[in-house]
Amino acid sequence: MVTPQENYQADFANNPVIEEVETDILIIGGGMSACGVAYESARWANGKYKITLVDKAAMDRSGAVAQGLSAINTYLGENTPEDYVKMVSNDLMGITRDDLVYDVGRHVDGTVQLFEEWGLPIWKQPGDEGKTLAEGGKPVRSGKWQVMINGESYKLIVAEAAKNALGIDNIIERCFIVKLLLDENEDNRIAGAVGFSARENKIYIFKAKTVFMGCGGAVNIFRPRSTGEGMGRAWYPVWNAGSTYAMAAQVGAEMTTMENRFVPARFKDGYGPVGAWFLLFKSKAINGLGEDYSETLKDMLKEYPPYPQNAAGVPATCLRNHLMLHEMKNGRGPILMDTPTGMANLSKNMDKKQIKHLEAEAWEDFLDMCIGQANVWAGMNIRPEESASELMPTEPYLLGSHAGACGIWVSGPSDIAPEEWQWGYNRMTTVKGLFTAGDGVGASGHKFSSGSFTEGRLAGKSAVQFTRDNDDFSPSLGHSKEELAAEVYRPFHNYLDSKDYTTDPMINPNYIRPRMVMFRLNKMMDEYVAGTSTYYTTSEKMMDQALHLLGMLKEDSLKMAAKDLHELLRAWENYHRIWTAEMHLRHIYFRKETRYPGFYYRSDYPKLDEENWKCFVNSRFDPKTEEWEMKKVPHKDLVPKP
Amino acid sequence: MPTFVIKEKCDGCKGQDKTACMYICPHDLMYLDKDRMLAQNQEPDQCWECYSCVKICPQQAIEARPYADFVPMGGTSIPLRSSDSIMWTIKFRDGKLKRFKFPIRTTPEGSIKAYDGKPQPSEDDLDNNNLFTELGKELPSIS
Repeated sequence: MVTPQENYQADFANNPVIEEVETDILIIGGGMSACGVAYESARWANGKYKITLVDKAAMDRSGAVAQGLSAINTYLGENTPEDYVKMVSNDLMGITRDDLVYDVGRHVDGTVQLFEEWGLPIWKQPGDEGKTLAEGGKPVRSGKWQVMINGESYKLIVAEAAKNALGIDNIIERCFIVKLLLDENEDNRIAGAVGFSARENKIYIFKAKTVFMGCGGAVNIFRPRSTGEGMGRAWYPVWNAGSTYAMAAQVGAEMTTMENRFVPARFKDGYGPVGAWFLLFKSKAINGLGEDYSETLKDMLKEYPPYPQNAAGVPATCLRNHLMLHEMKNGRGPILMDTPTGMANLSKNMDKKQIKHLEAEAWEDFLDMCIGQANVWAGMNIRPEESASELMPTEPYLLGSHAGACGIWVSGPSDIAPEEWQWGYNRMTTVKGLFTAGDGVGASGHKFSSGSFTEGRLAGKSAVQFTRDNDDFSPSLGHSKEELAAEVYRPFHNYLDSKDYTTDPMINPNYIRPRMVMFRLNKMMDEYVAGTSTYYTTSEKMMDQALHLLGMLKEDSLKMAAKDLHELLRAWENYHRIWTAEMHLRHIYFRKETRYPGFYYRSDYPKLDEENWKCFVNSRFDPKTEEWEMKKVPHKDLVPKP
Repeated sequence: MPTFVIKEKCDGCKGQDKTACMYICPHDLMYLDKDRMLAQNQEPDQCWECYSCVKICPQQAIEARPYADFVPMGGTSIPLRSSDSIMWTIKFRDGKLKRFKFPIRTTPEGSIKAYDGKPQPSEDDLDNNNLFTELGKELPSIS
């Protein structure tokens, strides 16, 4: 897209203002998990330690909950943390860290009750309308774990609490961190980060004893199904650029389960939520012939024991996709959500007012969290009580908080984690002083919004604990501020150096625009690394070609050019995307089986191989040698599974 | 559906200390042309349709048009957000309308006091696994 010419700012490269900030705890990110860190850490620090939060956007509407949500997907209530651990394990095909999942499960309800106290409306069952959850009010559940909310302002409410906890003077918005910095004197220890202001000619260099990294998952790694104006309508937030994974890996943090991905089957094109339609409005997905394919094809899932179903009889998310893809490949599409039958059944015993209420609930499900889907229905004259709506599996996303498990390998809680899964501080990565939560923590999905905030709280407490224990540590960056500034502004320099060579600065043989880097990455990942155009199928040979292309893309990424701050933001986001894509590729390459049928298939290893691959795949980039090391890490069930 | 700005209504937030839409957009899409004092979406194909700018605009100058590459023309969803609720008007392609009103919060904006009535933990408690709101509570553990 042509950005307005008058916004030209590349001259900034020659005279950046460099602001150096020293702080005890640096929180990178402003989404649900970062707000949890802020809330918990400020209380424990009690004014003794300086805590600084940086967000590339505005906290009121940043992160995955920016738009709002129509449900909180993790509230245990009458369920036990053991039940939760079993559900998560089954849904992620057995490869999860029970210690981390259990830990979220045992703390999450108190956090949800805080949200309600702050002002988030949580639906209650008839008779309990005036009661809070804390007072024993029974929530309206749309499923075993979900509670329905009026969640348009969910993020504003949570951000307000976090800002109030931290103090507005300790928050820097519109500051994009591009790189973490290791300590000069001590190996494998975090010392700070560098970034820039997206609003003025300013580079930020942070020195910190403790750093929390929480910048969400990764979108736009793969070519999206919509490539025109609708490219931004990703299911996960389009601004999640894999920054969490890329920056942690670059400083040598061990990564886990990066082969996992999430391919949500959602309402086609608008990617509106389907959960409430299945669970609350009792609708079924049918194929083009009107068949309930989940029922007629259920024997297909017998190939994947023991994951076809959990205690509630629900197959793992990827296996549900597996059946849908089978129908699509065999020409039995379009796949439809049969909303008219679901609504007709529900409204049988309802009066007019109740039916109207049901209709409002159905629309609110979209309007609270995916307005784009409401627009698709409006534009297509779809009224759910009258016409069915098409479903479609999306392009792949990488994340660790929803039904996915990408992320960083972290230390577990001291009272639960086995010895090999803990090294002193809950949610600390393998880099000393670097913490994460939410999408950042791998092998422990199904946290969603409430679990991410809760995990942020756990990390926030540990961050203060670490800071206390390392109070005498003085971080040393080992790079001059001019060096760091030149690196951050490299895309400006690239632009200035060559822009006058051609009549149109958009097209120039000496540099590449960030947008084209993203397109090159998207096309390559789509075609070779199991994107939508191959029905999510790849093989070693295909990935060899992808690695070859990726190597050249990485070289060229150093020639990205930016003419303004907006483009500089995109340049660095896309640099993070490349790193994230590489990890995803290397992990899929290493895992010689098809662990997540429906999310991706290896045509050369089409089967699930419990004997050899019921293990974690972990990786580490060595910042000194710049080599990747891949390894199998034994899996352990701490909670017995069926 | 990228957002768009209605020229007649946008005043570039000249009365405010900063432009509301630029301030709020999570993806840095809104751009203010200072010569004309008009805002625009500078990268519409990266718009998530989160409506943050639509909801915050003090002039109600921002709307969204469903993505032209897959949605037939004519449908819209227009919000009117107040301090405790949001009203939606859905217009279908065939011209029919639906209106919905939902609550958005139960407390006044800006009223949250994060720690009022909450315990102040002591440093000694840093080494156990309880959050500061769970002090003294026995945590369940895997048996």
